Amino acid sequence: MGMGFETRVEPRGGGLTAGEAGPPGGSRGLARKRSQRRDAVISTISTIVFFALVVALIALSPGVNKVVESFFSLTGFKDSFGTVSEGFWLNVKLMLVAEGIVLVVALGIAVIRSLSGPVMAPLRIVALIYTDVFRGIPLILVIFIVGLGLPALQLDFISDQSVFTYGVVSLVLVYSAYVTEVYRAGIESVHPSQLAGARSLGLSQWQSMRFVVLPQAVRRVIPPLLNDFIGLQKDTALVGLLGLVEVARAAENYAASTFNFTGYTMAALLFIAVTIPLARVTDWLIERDRRRMRATGG
Amino acid sequence: MSEQLPLLRLERVHKSYGDLEVLRGIDLDVPANKVICLIGASGSGKSTLLKCANLIEPITEGRILFEGEEITTEDTDPDRVRRHIGIVFQAFNLFPHMTVLANVTLAPRRVLGMPQPAAEEHALELLARFGLADKAREYPDRISGGQQQRAAIVRAMAMQPRIMLLDEVTSALDPELVGEVLTVIRELAKSGMTMLISTHEMGFARQIADRVCFMSEGVILEQGPPDLIFHAPRHERTAGFLKRVIEAGRAADLAAEV
Repeated sequence: MGMGFETRVEPRGGGLTAGEAGPPGGSRGLARKRSQRRDAVISTISTIVFFALVVALIALSPGVNKVVESFFSLTGFKDSFGTVSEGFWLNVKLMLVAEGIVLVVALGIAVIRSLSGPVMAPLRIVALIYTDVFRGIPLILVIFIVGLGLPALQLDFISDQSVFTYGVVSLVLVYSAYVTEVYRAGIESVHPSQLAGARSLGLSQWQSMRFVVLPQAVRRVIPPLLNDFIGLQKDTALVGLLGLVEVARAAENYAASTFNFTGYTMAALLFIAVTIPLARVTDWLIERDRRRMRATGG
Repeated sequence: MSEQLPLLRLERVHKSYGDLEVLRGIDLDVPANKVICLIGASGSGKSTLLKCANLIEPITEGRILFEGEEITTEDTDPDRVRRHIGIVFQAFNLFPHMTVLANVTLAPRRVLGMPQPAAEEHALELLARFGLADKAREYPDRISGGQQQRAAIVRAMAMQPRIMLLDEVTSALDPELVGEVLTVIRELAKSGMTMLISTHEMGFARQIADRVCFMSEGVILEQGPPDLIFHAPRHERTAGFLKRVIEAGRAADLAAEV
């Protein structure tokens, strides 16, 4: 009895001290509000000073007029918009087609790598070799090998595809290897007890994967997936190396004919115009999902 | 007669993890409509026994019979066996990305092929019976631990199992939430559900069990009616365990009643 009483006193004592520190008195609350306002003022001032310095540094540099003229000329924006945005539309198409295929292919490979059982062993090994190899080769080399090598084989079908198709194939080969690893990290982050719970209800290995593990895994990897897709979107510009007039090639053509580089700036702005909204929409989707499933307090 | 035949029978069951032998020859009968409680210190093999009975863990020796049929043969389909054996774990394994209702209907729909409306109707009936009717559309993380554990029991019940295995289902709960879960289990026992329960709640075991098994170091050291085990244990180790549990205050309600 005496022992039990003693052990019970201890946590209560701890709780009391924590309680004293917890709820702030009226004067303390006021002080905190004042310090918050001071923090806001300081951060605003430091931001303004920082950007003012950057702008001043650029504006005072000796070549500033030339740079503004050749990279930010108004007529340049107007004249290049047509051809550059036409090229960019090709990048958007490459990106959409490649991303769609990558999402499905990579999920399939990730599932193969996660399934247990001796029957899957050969498939697991193939999947492992694939991811190891294609994560290691630079995309630019894959584009040359696929885009120049496959047509040179002079095979039916395989050698008669368009440059666009070879571009998509290259992007899919490289990015599926990355995205497979992203998915796999997600699958492995789902606690084994979830699988045990599903199996104990009589769900098969595949059903447990499909209804219990994958939905949780995919939710968790949306931010890194988005990251890879922004990478893919930018890398579509490399397909221009095969002679496809996508955005970078279009900007280059404009620069070659006018000696003005504003086309490049235009192209950069177009990429950003797609990437930033995409990132914000994804953040919003994740937050909405989180709010729906989690307790409001936590 | 079929009444004589136990619903679940373990014969000389051994289970090892590598060099560590966790179960060292378990013989246990669970007759239909009876409640068997497993007690014993942590690490005595209670949880492993339940996982073996549900074929989540393969046994290394011996055999397990369900309704007279061996389920530990090579060509037993474990998924088919598990449909009839419900199990609830210590840590609620509800699926966090689904509502309570979707958790409960998943297996009936996907495993038994029940159409969604029928599965939902049945699930809502069960949820109402266990006081969770208003939580059907909630996500697991938004309800209390006690409600989560009751939902996990409902989810197992939705498969209409012939036997329920409960693995320390109140151990992870705050003390004030234990009661509501025990009430649910009592209600199941009253309805005639066959159950094999591992528990640290001695007072509860004494009330609900038809037979109590004391496990120690991978064997069932002694078993019998609760009054006998709790008041006149034959083995020194059983007596020692019970004494320690009471001293630790875990069986405060048992001590109060005696």
